[in-house]
Amino acid sequence: MDCLIRLVQADATLGNLSANLDAHLTHIDQAIEDRVDLVVFPELSLTGYFLKDQTAEVALANDAELFAPIRERSKTISIALGFVERARDGRVFNAVGLFEDGELVHVHRKVHLVTYGMFEEARDLAAGEAFQVVESKHGRFGFLTCEDAWHVDGGYLYFLGGADAIIVCSAGPGRGVGTGGEGLASNRVWATLQDAMSILFRTWILYVNRVGWEDGVVFGGATRAVDPFGRENALLEGLDPGQLRVHVTSDMLERARTQTPLRRGEKPWILARELSRRWGTLPQAEDEDASPEKEADR
Amino acid sequence: MTSLDVQPELVSDLLERFLAAESGKFGFDRAVLGLSGGIDSAVSCALAARAFGPENVLAVMMPYRTSNPDSEAHAREVIDALGVRWKKVDISAMVDGYLEQEGIEERMRRGNVMARARMVVLYDLSAAERALVIGTSNKTEILLGYSTQFGDAASALNPLGDLYKHQVVQLARHLDLPASVIDKPPSADLFEGQSDEDELGFTYDEVDRLLVRMIDERFSEEELVRAGFERSFVDSVARRIVINQYKRIPPIVAKLGQRTVNQDFRYLRSWGH
Repeated sequence: MDCLIRLVQADATLGNLSANLDAHLTHIDQAIEDRVDLVVFPELSLTGYFLKDQTAEVALANDAELFAPIRERSKTISIALGFVERARDGRVFNAVGLFEDGELVHVHRKVHLVTYGMFEEARDLAAGEAFQVVESKHGRFGFLTCEDAWHVDGGYLYFLGGADAIIVCSAGPGRGVGTGGEGLASNRVWATLQDAMSILFRTWILYVNRVGWEDGVVFGGATRAVDPFGRENALLEGLDPGQLRVHVTSDMLERARTQTPLRRGEKPWILARELSRRWGTLPQAEDEDASPEKEADR
Repeated sequence: MTSLDVQPELVSDLLERFLAAESGKFGFDRAVLGLSGGIDSAVSCALAARAFGPENVLAVMMPYRTSNPDSEAHAREVIDALGVRWKKVDISAMVDGYLEQEGIEERMRRGNVMARARMVVLYDLSAAERALVIGTSNKTEILLGYSTQFGDAASALNPLGDLYKHQVVQLARHLDLPASVIDKPPSADLFEGQSDEDELGFTYDEVDRLLVRMIDERFSEEELVRAGFERSFVDSVARRIVINQYKRIPPIVAKLGQRTVNQDFRYLRSWGH
Protein backbone atom coordinates (compact mmCIF):
# COMPACT_ATOMS: atom_id res chain seq x y z
CA MET A 1 0.00 0.00 0.00
CA ASP A 2 1.25 3.43 -0.92
CA CYS A 3 -1.50 6.03 -0.81
CA LEU A 4 -1.34 9.79 -0.81
CA ILE A 5 -4.42 11.04 1.03
CA ARG A 6 -5.74 14.57 1.33
CA LEU A 7 -8.09 15.40 4.19
CA VAL A 8 -10.13 18.50 3.35
CA GLN A 9 -11.17 20.56 6.35
CA ALA A 10 -14.00 22.56 4.82
CA ASP A 11 -17.02 24.70 5.64
CA ALA A 12 -20.41 23.95 4.08
CA THR A 13 -23.41 26.01 3.05
CA LEU A 14 -26.38 24.64 4.98
CA GLY A 15 -28.67 22.71 2.69
CA ASN A 16 -27.28 24.23 -0.50
CA LEU A 17 -26.28 21.20 -2.58
CA SER A 18 -25.13 23.05 -5.66
CA ALA A 19 -22.89 25.47 -3.75
CA ASN A 20 -21.35 22.60 -1.81
CA LEU A 21 -20.92 20.46 -4.92
CA ASP A 22 -19.05 23.31 -6.62
CA ALA A 23 -16.74 23.61 -3.61
CA HIS A 24 -16.12 19.85 -3.70
CA LEU A 25 -15.28 19.90 -7.40
CA THR A 26 -12.78 22.71 -6.86
CA HIS A 27 -11.03 20.70 -4.13
CA ILE A 28 -11.15 17.50 -6.16
CA ASP A 29 -9.72 19.13 -9.29
CA GLN A 30 -6.91 20.61 -7.21
CA ALA A 31 -6.24 17.20 -5.65
CA ILE A 32 -6.12 15.59 -9.10
CA GLU A 33 -3.60 18.22 -10.17
CA ASP A 34 -1.54 17.44 -7.07
CA ARG A 35 -1.60 13.72 -7.87
CA VAL A 36 -3.46 12.78 -4.69
CA ASP A 37 -4.84 9.21 -4.60
CA LEU A 38 -7.74 9.71 -2.19
CA VAL A 39 -9.44 12.93 -1.15
CA VAL A 40 -11.67 12.86 1.94
CA PHE A 41 -14.31 15.37 3.03
CA PRO A 42 -16.02 15.75 6.42
CA GLU A 43 -19.37 14.36 7.56
CA LEU A 44 -22.34 15.72 5.57
CA SER A 45 -19.93 17.77 3.49
CA LEU A 46 -22.41 18.05 0.61
CA THR A 47 -25.23 19.34 2.78
CA GLY A 48 -24.09 20.94 6.02
CA TYR A 49 -24.92 19.51 9.43
CA PHE A 50 -27.86 20.97 11.41
CA LEU A 51 -30.33 20.21 8.64
CA LYS A 52 -33.45 19.48 10.72
CA ASP A 53 -36.37 19.64 8.24
CA GLN A 54 -33.94 20.07 5.37
CA THR A 55 -32.68 16.53 5.92
CA ALA A 56 -35.27 14.88 3.70
CA GLU A 57 -35.15 17.77 1.23
CA VAL A 58 -31.46 17.31 0.45
CA ALA A 59 -31.40 13.51 0.54
CA LEU A 60 -29.91 11.87 -2.56
CA ALA A 61 -30.30 8.42 -4.04
CA ASN A 62 -27.01 6.67 -4.67
CA ASP A 63 -27.47 7.10 -8.42
CA ALA A 64 -28.46 10.78 -8.21
CA GLU A 65 -27.59 12.90 -11.21
CA LEU A 66 -25.88 15.35 -8.86
CA PHE A 67 -23.14 12.77 -8.34
CA ALA A 68 -22.32 12.63 -12.08
CA PRO A 69 -19.33 15.02 -11.91
CA ILE A 70 -18.08 13.21 -8.79
CA ARG A 71 -18.37 9.83 -10.50
CA GLU A 72 -16.58 11.21 -13.55
CA ARG A 73 -13.67 12.57 -11.51
CA SER A 74 -13.46 9.37 -9.51
CA LYS A 75 -12.07 7.72 -12.65
CA THR A 76 -8.92 9.70 -11.83
CA ILE A 77 -9.01 10.01 -8.03
CA SER A 78 -10.79 8.23 -5.20
CA ILE A 79 -13.24 10.48 -3.35
CA ALA A 80 -14.95 10.08 0.01
CA LEU A 81 -17.63 12.63 0.90
CA GLY A 82 -20.56 13.05 3.26
CA PHE A 83 -24.18 13.26 2.14
CA VAL A 84 -27.73 12.40 3.14
CA GLU A 85 -28.60 9.12 1.43
CA ARG A 86 -32.18 8.32 0.49
CA ALA A 87 -32.54 4.54 0.37
CA ARG A 88 -35.01 2.85 -1.92
CA ASP A 89 -37.30 2.16 1.00
CA GLY A 90 -37.49 5.88 1.79
CA ARG A 91 -35.28 5.91 4.87
CA VAL A 92 -32.62 8.59 4.96
CA PHE A 93 -29.13 8.00 6.34
CA ASN A 94 -26.19 10.10 7.36
CA ALA A 95 -23.82 8.60 4.80
CA VAL A 96 -20.21 8.67 3.70
CA GLY A 97 -19.78 7.55 0.11
CA LEU A 98 -16.57 6.32 -1.49
CA PHE A 99 -16.36 6.95 -5.22
CA GLU A 100 -13.78 5.07 -7.24
CA ASP A 101 -13.29 4.19 -10.92
CA GLY A 102 -16.41 6.08 -11.93
CA GLU A 103 -18.71 4.38 -9.40
CA LEU A 104 -20.02 4.80 -5.89
CA VAL A 105 -18.32 1.71 -4.52
CA HIS A 106 -19.14 1.91 -0.83
CA VAL A 107 -21.53 3.68 1.53
CA HIS A 108 -21.02 3.84 5.26
CA ARG A 109 -24.27 4.67 7.00
CA LYS A 110 -23.68 6.32 10.38
CA VAL A 111 -24.51 3.72 12.99
CA HIS A 112 -24.39 5.74 16.18
CA LEU A 113 -26.64 8.69 15.52
CA VAL A 114 -26.06 11.32 18.12
CA THR A 115 -29.22 12.39 19.91
CA TYR A 116 -28.42 14.22 23.11
CA GLY A 117 -27.44 17.72 24.14
CA MET A 118 -27.39 19.89 21.03
CA PHE A 119 -27.82 16.92 18.70
CA GLU A 120 -31.05 15.38 17.42
CA GLU A 121 -29.97 13.15 14.54
CA ALA A 122 -32.26 10.23 15.36
CA ARG A 123 -35.26 12.48 14.86
CA ASP A 124 -34.46 12.92 11.19
CA LEU A 125 -32.23 10.01 10.21
CA ALA A 126 -32.26 6.23 10.21
CA ALA A 127 -29.26 4.47 11.71
CA GLY A 128 -26.92 2.22 9.77
CA GLU A 129 -26.16 -1.20 11.15
CA ALA A 130 -22.87 -2.21 9.61
CA PHE A 131 -19.16 -1.55 9.80
CA GLN A 132 -17.59 -3.02 6.71
CA VAL A 133 -14.00 -2.67 5.66
CA VAL A 134 -13.96 -1.47 2.08
CA GLU A 135 -11.37 -2.85 -0.29
CA SER A 136 -10.36 0.27 -2.11
CA LYS A 137 -7.79 0.07 -4.87
CA HIS A 138 -5.55 2.07 -2.56
CA GLY A 139 -5.96 -0.06 0.57
CA ARG A 140 -8.40 -1.38 3.13
CA PHE A 141 -10.36 1.41 4.76
CA GLY A 142 -12.90 1.52 7.58
CA PHE A 143 -15.14 4.57 7.73
CA LEU A 144 -16.57 5.96 10.93
CA THR A 145 -18.87 8.96 11.05
CA CYS A 146 -18.20 11.20 14.04
CA GLU A 147 -20.15 9.61 16.95
CA ASP A 148 -19.30 6.16 15.56
CA ALA A 149 -15.81 6.80 16.91
CA TRP A 150 -17.17 7.21 20.44
CA HIS A 151 -18.32 3.59 20.49
CA VAL A 152 -15.78 0.78 20.41
CA ASP A 153 -17.69 -1.54 18.08
CA GLY A 154 -16.84 0.11 14.75
CA GLY A 155 -13.16 0.56 15.43
CA TYR A 156 -12.92 -2.96 16.85
CA LEU A 157 -14.58 -4.52 13.81
CA TYR A 158 -12.28 -2.60 11.49
CA PHE A 159 -9.34 -3.82 13.59
CA LEU A 160 -10.54 -7.40 13.17
CA GLY A 161 -11.10 -6.70 9.48
CA GLY A 162 -7.51 -5.56 9.06
CA ALA A 163 -8.15 -1.99 8.03
CA ASP A 164 -5.05 -0.10 6.91
CA ALA A 165 -6.67 3.11 8.02
CA ILE A 166 -9.76 4.11 9.94
CA ILE A 167 -11.15 7.27 8.41
CA VAL A 168 -13.31 9.35 10.73
CA CYS A 169 -15.49 11.88 8.91
CA SER A 170 -16.84 14.37 11.38
CA ALA A 171 -18.94 17.49 11.88
CA GLY A 172 -17.80 17.95 15.43
CA PRO A 173 -18.82 21.17 17.18
CA GLY A 174 -16.11 22.94 19.12
CA ARG A 175 -16.86 23.63 22.77
CA GLY A 176 -15.22 23.96 26.13
CA VAL A 177 -13.19 27.16 26.58
CA GLY A 178 -12.26 26.70 30.24
CA THR A 179 -8.76 26.73 31.65
CA GLY A 180 -8.50 22.96 32.17
CA GLY A 181 -6.18 22.72 29.17
CA GLU A 182 -5.12 24.58 26.07
CA GLY A 183 -7.57 25.21 23.22
CA LEU A 184 -11.03 23.75 22.81
CA ALA A 185 -11.80 20.93 25.25
CA SER A 186 -13.69 19.10 22.49
CA ASN A 187 -10.56 18.96 20.33
CA ARG A 188 -8.49 17.60 23.20
CA VAL A 189 -11.00 14.82 23.76
CA TRP A 190 -11.01 13.99 20.06
CA ALA A 191 -7.21 13.79 20.00
CA THR A 192 -7.28 11.44 22.99
CA LEU A 193 -9.82 9.23 21.24
CA GLN A 194 -7.78 9.15 18.03
CA ASP A 195 -4.60 8.30 19.90
CA ALA A 196 -6.32 5.54 21.84
CA MET A 197 -7.86 4.04 18.71
CA SER A 198 -4.53 4.03 16.95
CA ILE A 199 -2.76 2.43 19.91
CA LEU A 200 -5.47 -0.21 20.44
CA PHE A 201 -6.05 -1.01 16.79
CA ARG A 202 -2.53 -0.50 15.44
CA THR A 203 -3.74 1.40 12.42
CA TRP A 204 -3.79 4.84 10.89
CA ILE A 205 -6.51 7.12 12.24
CA LEU A 206 -7.44 9.84 9.79
CA TYR A 207 -9.80 12.41 11.27
CA VAL A 208 -11.35 15.03 9.01
CA ASN A 209 -13.58 17.64 10.62
CA ARG A 210 -15.72 20.58 9.53
CA VAL A 211 -15.07 24.23 10.19
CA GLY A 212 -17.47 27.16 9.93
CA TRP A 213 -20.58 28.16 11.86
CA GLU A 214 -24.22 27.12 11.87
CA ASP A 215 -26.41 29.35 14.05
CA GLY A 216 -23.77 30.04 16.65
CA VAL A 217 -22.26 26.56 16.69
CA VAL A 218 -18.68 26.42 15.50
CA PHE A 219 -17.23 23.27 13.99
CA GLY A 220 -13.90 22.66 15.66
CA GLY A 221 -11.60 21.61 12.81
CA ALA A 222 -8.44 19.97 14.22
CA THR A 223 -8.27 17.60 11.27
CA ARG A 224 -5.54 15.19 12.26
CA ALA A 225 -3.67 12.05 11.29
CA VAL A 226 -2.28 9.58 13.83
CA ASP A 227 0.11 6.89 12.67
CA PRO A 228 -0.17 3.19 13.65
CA PHE A 229 2.27 3.77 16.52
CA GLY A 230 -0.16 6.24 18.11
CA ARG A 231 1.92 9.27 17.17
CA GLU A 232 0.54 12.47 15.73
CA ASN A 233 1.54 12.52 12.09
CA ALA A 234 -0.11 15.77 11.04
CA LEU A 235 -2.53 18.33 12.46
CA LEU A 236 -4.43 21.27 11.02
CA GLU A 237 -4.47 23.86 13.78
CA GLY A 238 -6.98 26.68 13.99
CA LEU A 239 -10.51 27.04 12.72
CA ASP A 240 -9.86 27.91 9.11
CA PRO A 241 -10.46 25.72 6.07
CA GLY A 242 -7.40 23.79 5.02
CA GLN A 243 -5.97 20.52 3.79
CA LEU A 244 -3.89 17.83 5.42
CA ARG A 245 -1.56 15.60 3.44
CA VAL A 246 -1.04 12.08 4.72
CA HIS A 247 1.14 9.48 3.06
CA VAL A 248 -0.01 6.03 4.16
CA THR A 249 2.36 3.16 3.38
CA SER A 250 2.40 -0.54 4.17
CA ASP A 251 5.86 -0.54 5.67
CA MET A 252 4.93 1.62 8.64
CA LEU A 253 1.81 -0.47 9.26
CA GLU A 254 3.92 -3.64 9.17
CA ARG A 255 6.52 -2.24 11.55
CA ALA A 256 3.85 -1.09 14.01
CA ARG A 257 2.14 -4.47 13.91
CA THR A 258 5.39 -6.36 14.23
CA GLN A 259 6.42 -4.28 17.20
CA THR A 260 3.06 -4.75 18.95
CA PRO A 261 1.13 -7.62 17.32
CA LEU A 262 -2.21 -6.96 18.99
CA ARG A 263 -4.28 -8.42 16.17
CA ARG A 264 -2.38 -11.69 16.41
CA GLY A 265 -3.12 -11.94 20.10
CA GLU A 266 -6.76 -10.89 19.83
CA LYS A 267 -9.38 -13.46 20.85
CA PRO A 268 -12.62 -12.19 19.36
CA TRP A 269 -14.37 -15.50 20.08
CA ILE A 270 -14.31 -14.64 23.80
CA LEU A 271 -16.38 -11.57 23.03
CA ALA A 272 -18.56 -13.53 20.57
CA ARG A 273 -19.17 -16.25 23.15
CA GLU A 274 -20.12 -13.74 25.81
CA LEU A 275 -22.40 -11.77 23.50
CA SER A 276 -24.07 -14.98 22.44
CA ARG A 277 -24.49 -16.09 26.06
CA ARG A 278 -26.15 -12.80 26.94
CA TRP A 279 -28.31 -12.24 23.90
CA GLY A 280 -28.48 -15.56 22.06
CA THR A 281 -28.51 -15.61 18.30
CA LEU A 282 -29.18 -12.11 17.04
CA PRO A 283 -31.35 -11.37 14.01
CA GLN A 284 -29.62 -10.30 10.82
CA ALA A 285 -29.16 -6.54 10.71
CA GLU A 286 -31.58 -4.75 8.45
CA ASP A 287 -28.82 -3.26 6.36
CA GLU A 288 -25.99 -5.65 7.07
CA ASP A 289 -24.42 -4.54 3.85
CA ALA A 290 -25.18 -1.02 2.76
CA SER A 291 -23.14 -1.28 -0.42
CA PRO A 292 -24.90 0.23 -3.43
CA GLU A 293 -25.21 -3.15 -5.20
CA LYS A 294 -26.89 -4.79 -2.24
CA GLU A 295 -29.14 -1.79 -1.86
CA ALA A 296 -30.27 -2.18 -5.47
CA ASP A 297 -30.99 -5.86 -4.89
CA ARG A 298 -33.47 -5.29 -2.11
CA MET B 1 -12.98 21.69 40.95
CA THR B 2 -15.39 23.86 39.03
CA SER B 3 -13.80 26.95 37.63
CA LEU B 4 -15.43 29.83 35.87
CA ASP B 5 -12.22 30.96 34.27
CA VAL B 6 -11.97 30.83 30.49
CA GLN B 7 -9.06 31.13 28.08
CA PRO B 8 -9.71 34.75 27.06
CA GLU B 9 -7.58 34.64 23.92
CA LEU B 10 -9.44 31.59 22.63
CA VAL B 11 -12.83 33.09 23.53
CA SER B 12 -11.99 36.36 21.87
CA ASP B 13 -10.87 34.57 18.70
CA LEU B 14 -14.03 32.45 18.62
CA LEU B 15 -16.35 35.41 19.17
CA GLU B 16 -14.68 37.52 16.52
CA ARG B 17 -15.06 34.63 14.09
CA PHE B 18 -18.67 34.17 15.18
CA LEU B 19 -19.56 37.80 14.48
CA ALA B 20 -17.82 37.86 11.11
CA ALA B 21 -19.16 34.48 9.95
CA GLU B 22 -22.75 34.80 11.09
CA SER B 23 -23.00 38.33 9.62
CA GLY B 24 -21.05 37.56 6.50
CA LYS B 25 -23.24 34.67 5.42
CA PHE B 26 -26.15 37.12 5.17
CA GLY B 27 -24.12 39.78 3.40
CA PHE B 28 -23.48 42.04 6.39
CA ASP B 29 -20.05 43.36 7.33
CA ARG B 30 -21.07 46.17 9.65
CA ALA B 31 -22.36 46.34 13.19
CA VAL B 32 -24.41 48.71 15.32
CA LEU B 33 -24.76 48.44 19.07
CA GLY B 34 -25.77 50.43 22.09
CA LEU B 35 -22.85 51.54 24.22
CA SER B 36 -23.97 52.19 27.79
CA GLY B 37 -20.67 52.84 29.49
CA GLY B 38 -20.92 49.44 31.19
CA ILE B 39 -18.67 46.45 30.79
CA ASP B 40 -20.94 44.20 28.68
CA SER B 41 -21.52 46.61 25.83
CA ALA B 42 -17.86 47.64 25.96
CA VAL B 43 -16.80 44.00 25.43
CA SER B 44 -19.33 43.50 22.61
CA CYS B 45 -18.08 46.70 21.00
CA ALA B 46 -14.44 45.61 21.24
CA LEU B 47 -15.24 42.22 19.70
CA ALA B 48 -17.21 43.88 16.90
CA ALA B 49 -14.34 46.30 16.26
CA ARG B 50 -11.99 43.34 15.89
CA ALA B 51 -14.42 41.37 13.73
CA PHE B 52 -15.48 44.12 11.34
CA GLY B 53 -12.83 46.81 11.79
CA PRO B 54 -13.54 49.89 13.97
CA GLU B 55 -14.65 51.91 10.95
CA ASN B 56 -17.50 49.46 10.40
CA VAL B 57 -18.88 49.62 13.93
CA LEU B 58 -21.35 52.28 15.04
CA ALA B 59 -21.52 52.62 18.83
CA VAL B 60 -24.67 54.44 19.89
CA MET B 61 -24.92 56.25 23.22
CA MET B 62 -28.56 56.67 24.20
CA PRO B 63 -28.81 58.59 27.46
CA TYR B 64 -32.09 59.45 29.15
CA ARG B 65 -32.26 62.70 31.09
CA THR B 66 -31.76 60.92 34.42
CA SER B 67 -28.85 58.75 33.22
CA ASN B 68 -25.70 59.02 35.26
CA PRO B 69 -23.31 61.39 33.39
CA ASP B 70 -20.47 58.98 34.23
CA SER B 71 -22.07 56.44 31.88
CA GLU B 72 -21.55 58.68 28.87
CA ALA B 73 -18.04 59.57 30.00
CA HIS B 74 -17.15 55.90 30.27
CA ALA B 75 -18.73 55.13 26.90
CA ARG B 76 -16.60 57.86 25.35
CA GLU B 77 -13.48 56.32 26.88
CA VAL B 78 -14.39 53.05 25.18
CA ILE B 79 -15.01 54.79 21.86
CA ASP B 80 -11.64 56.54 22.11
CA ALA B 81 -9.86 53.32 23.01
CA LEU B 82 -11.41 51.33 20.16
CA GLY B 83 -11.65 54.02 17.49
CA VAL B 84 -15.16 53.01 16.46
CA ARG B 85 -17.68 55.38 14.90
CA TRP B 86 -20.23 56.80 17.34
CA LYS B 87 -23.51 58.60 17.59
CA LYS B 88 -25.44 60.05 20.51
CA VAL B 89 -29.22 59.81 20.51
CA ASP B 90 -30.90 61.33 23.54
CA ILE B 91 -34.00 59.21 24.15
CA SER B 92 -35.56 61.58 26.69
CA ALA B 93 -38.06 63.15 24.30
CA MET B 94 -39.31 59.86 22.83
CA VAL B 95 -39.53 58.20 26.22
CA ASP B 96 -41.14 61.13 27.99
CA GLY B 97 -43.62 61.56 25.15
CA TYR B 98 -45.13 58.24 26.14
CA LEU B 99 -44.45 58.21 29.90
CA GLU B 100 -45.96 61.68 30.43
CA GLN B 101 -48.91 61.08 28.15
CA GLU B 102 -49.76 57.93 30.08
CA GLY B 103 -48.64 59.24 33.49
CA ILE B 104 -46.39 56.29 34.16
CA GLU B 105 -44.51 56.51 37.46
CA GLU B 106 -43.69 52.88 38.25
CA ARG B 107 -39.94 52.39 38.11
CA MET B 108 -39.96 49.06 36.35
CA ARG B 109 -42.33 50.24 33.63
CA ARG B 110 -40.29 53.39 33.08
CA GLY B 111 -37.10 51.32 32.84
CA ASN B 112 -38.65 48.95 30.34
CA VAL B 113 -39.85 51.81 28.17
CA MET B 114 -36.32 53.25 28.12
CA ALA B 115 -34.81 49.89 27.22
CA ARG B 116 -37.34 49.41 24.42
CA ALA B 117 -36.86 52.97 23.15
CA ARG B 118 -33.15 52.14 22.78
CA MET B 119 -34.09 49.01 20.85
CA VAL B 120 -36.22 51.14 18.49
CA VAL B 121 -33.26 53.43 17.85
CA LEU B 122 -30.81 50.57 17.27
CA TYR B 123 -33.05 48.71 14.85
CA ASP B 124 -33.74 51.91 12.93
CA LEU B 125 -30.01 52.56 12.67
CA SER B 126 -29.53 48.92 11.69
CA ALA B 127 -31.62 49.56 8.58
CA ALA B 128 -30.00 52.93 7.89
CA GLU B 129 -26.48 51.53 8.27
CA ARG B 130 -27.04 48.10 6.67
CA ALA B 131 -25.55 46.79 9.90
CA LEU B 132 -26.65 44.03 12.26
CA VAL B 133 -27.51 44.83 15.88
CA ILE B 134 -24.96 43.19 18.16
CA GLY B 135 -26.25 42.05 21.53
CA THR B 136 -24.76 42.78 24.93
CA SER B 137 -26.61 40.38 27.25
CA ASN B 138 -24.43 37.95 29.18
CA LYS B 139 -25.37 34.44 30.30
CA THR B 140 -25.90 35.46 33.91
CA GLU B 141 -28.55 38.03 33.09
CA ILE B 142 -30.16 35.86 30.40
CA LEU B 143 -30.58 33.04 32.93
CA LEU B 144 -31.80 35.36 35.68
CA GLY B 145 -34.11 37.17 33.28
CA TYR B 146 -32.44 40.39 34.34
CA SER B 147 -33.16 42.23 31.12
CA THR B 148 -36.05 43.77 29.22
CA GLN B 149 -37.71 41.54 26.64
CA PHE B 150 -37.65 43.27 23.24
CA GLY B 151 -35.42 45.88 24.88
CA ASP B 152 -31.77 45.35 25.75
CA ALA B 153 -32.34 41.62 25.20
CA ALA B 154 -33.02 42.22 21.49
CA SER B 155 -30.27 41.69 18.97
CA ALA B 156 -29.40 39.88 15.75
CA LEU B 157 -26.22 38.30 17.10
CA ASN B 158 -25.14 38.05 20.69
CA PRO B 159 -21.48 37.23 21.30
CA LEU B 160 -21.81 37.33 25.10
CA GLY B 161 -24.81 35.08 25.64
CA ASP B 162 -22.79 32.04 26.72
CA LEU B 163 -20.43 33.93 29.03
CA TYR B 164 -21.11 34.47 32.71
CA LYS B 165 -20.46 37.94 34.13
CA HIS B 166 -17.18 36.73 35.64
CA GLN B 167 -16.04 35.61 32.21
CA VAL B 168 -17.09 38.90 30.60
CA VAL B 169 -14.86 40.68 33.11
CA GLN B 170 -11.99 38.34 32.24
CA LEU B 171 -12.52 39.07 28.56
CA ALA B 172 -12.69 42.83 29.21
CA ARG B 173 -9.25 42.71 30.83
CA HIS B 174 -7.87 40.67 27.95
CA LEU B 175 -9.30 43.19 25.48
CA ASP B 176 -7.58 45.96 27.41
CA LEU B 177 -10.72 47.98 28.00
CA PRO B 178 -10.56 51.07 30.23
CA ALA B 179 -10.28 50.27 33.94
CA SER B 180 -13.08 52.74 34.73
CA VAL B 181 -15.48 50.48 32.79
CA ILE B 182 -14.19 47.21 34.20
CA ASP B 183 -13.98 48.21 37.84
CA LYS B 184 -17.21 50.15 38.41
CA PRO B 185 -20.22 48.43 40.03
CA PRO B 186 -22.54 47.01 37.35
CA SER B 187 -25.69 49.07 36.77
CA ALA B 188 -28.48 49.12 34.19
CA ASP B 189 -28.65 52.87 34.87
CA LEU B 190 -32.39 52.95 34.34
CA PHE B 191 -32.90 55.08 37.45
CA GLU B 192 -30.65 57.10 39.68
CA GLY B 193 -28.35 55.09 41.92
CA GLN B 194 -29.40 51.73 40.45
CA SER B 195 -27.04 48.83 41.16
CA ASP B 196 -27.48 45.37 39.63
CA GLU B 197 -26.24 43.58 42.72
CA ASP B 198 -28.43 45.61 45.14
CA GLU B 199 -31.45 44.97 42.96
CA LEU B 200 -30.75 41.26 42.51
CA GLY B 201 -29.95 40.75 46.21
CA PHE B 202 -26.70 38.86 45.58
CA THR B 203 -23.38 39.47 43.88
CA TYR B 204 -22.52 38.32 40.38
CA ASP B 205 -19.65 36.39 41.86
CA GLU B 206 -21.97 34.38 44.11
CA VAL B 207 -24.58 33.71 41.48
CA ASP B 208 -22.05 32.83 38.76
CA ARG B 209 -20.53 30.17 41.01
CA LEU B 210 -24.01 28.78 41.56
CA LEU B 211 -25.15 29.00 37.94
CA VAL B 212 -22.16 27.22 36.45
CA ARG B 213 -22.87 24.24 38.71
CA MET B 214 -26.65 24.35 38.34
CA ILE B 215 -26.82 24.89 34.58
CA ASP B 216 -23.58 23.69 33.01
CA GLU B 217 -22.82 20.83 35.35
CA ARG B 218 -26.44 19.98 36.23
CA PHE B 219 -25.89 19.65 39.98
CA SER B 220 -29.06 18.69 41.85
CA GLU B 221 -30.37 20.97 44.60
CA GLU B 222 -28.96 18.61 47.23
CA GLU B 223 -25.54 18.63 45.58
CA LEU B 224 -25.60 22.44 45.49
CA VAL B 225 -26.44 22.63 49.17
CA ARG B 226 -23.68 20.13 49.93
CA ALA B 227 -21.33 22.31 47.88
CA GLY B 228 -22.01 25.14 50.33
CA PHE B 229 -24.82 27.17 48.78
CA GLU B 230 -27.73 28.32 51.00
CA ARG B 231 -30.86 26.39 50.09
CA SER B 232 -32.90 29.61 49.97
CA PHE B 233 -30.41 31.12 47.51
CA VAL B 234 -30.50 28.01 45.34
CA ASP B 235 -34.31 28.00 45.36
CA SER B 236 -34.68 31.68 44.58
CA VAL B 237 -32.25 31.51 41.66
CA ALA B 238 -33.88 28.34 40.33
CA ARG B 239 -37.27 30.08 40.51
CA ARG B 240 -35.96 33.11 38.63
CA ILE B 241 -34.64 30.88 35.87
CA VAL B 242 -37.97 29.13 35.45
CA ILE B 243 -40.25 32.16 35.54
CA ASN B 244 -38.11 34.02 33.02
CA GLN B 245 -38.04 31.27 30.40
CA TYR B 246 -40.55 33.29 28.36
CA LYS B 247 -37.88 35.89 27.69
CA ARG B 248 -35.57 33.33 26.10
CA ILE B 249 -37.83 31.81 23.49
CA PRO B 250 -39.80 33.09 20.50
CA PRO B 251 -43.51 33.81 21.02
CA ILE B 252 -45.64 30.69 21.40
CA VAL B 253 -47.72 29.87 18.36
CA ALA B 254 -51.02 27.96 18.71
CA LYS B 255 -50.66 24.78 16.68
CA LEU B 256 -53.51 24.23 14.24
CA GLY B 257 -52.03 22.69 11.10
CA GLN B 258 -49.58 19.99 10.14
CA ARG B 259 -46.48 22.14 10.28
CA THR B 260 -46.21 24.96 12.74
CA VAL B 261 -43.41 27.48 12.91
CA ASN B 262 -40.85 26.53 15.58
CA GLN B 263 -42.64 23.30 16.45
CA ASP B 264 -42.50 21.06 13.41
CA PHE B 265 -41.30 23.62 10.88
CA ARG B 266 -37.66 23.37 11.87
CA TYR B 267 -34.98 25.28 10.03
CA LEU B 268 -31.90 27.08 11.22
CA ARG B 269 -31.47 30.76 10.53
CA SER B 270 -28.46 29.60 8.50
CA TRP B 271 -30.94 27.84 6.16
CA GLY B 272 -29.38 27.91 2.69
CA HIS B 273 -26.44 30.02 3.88
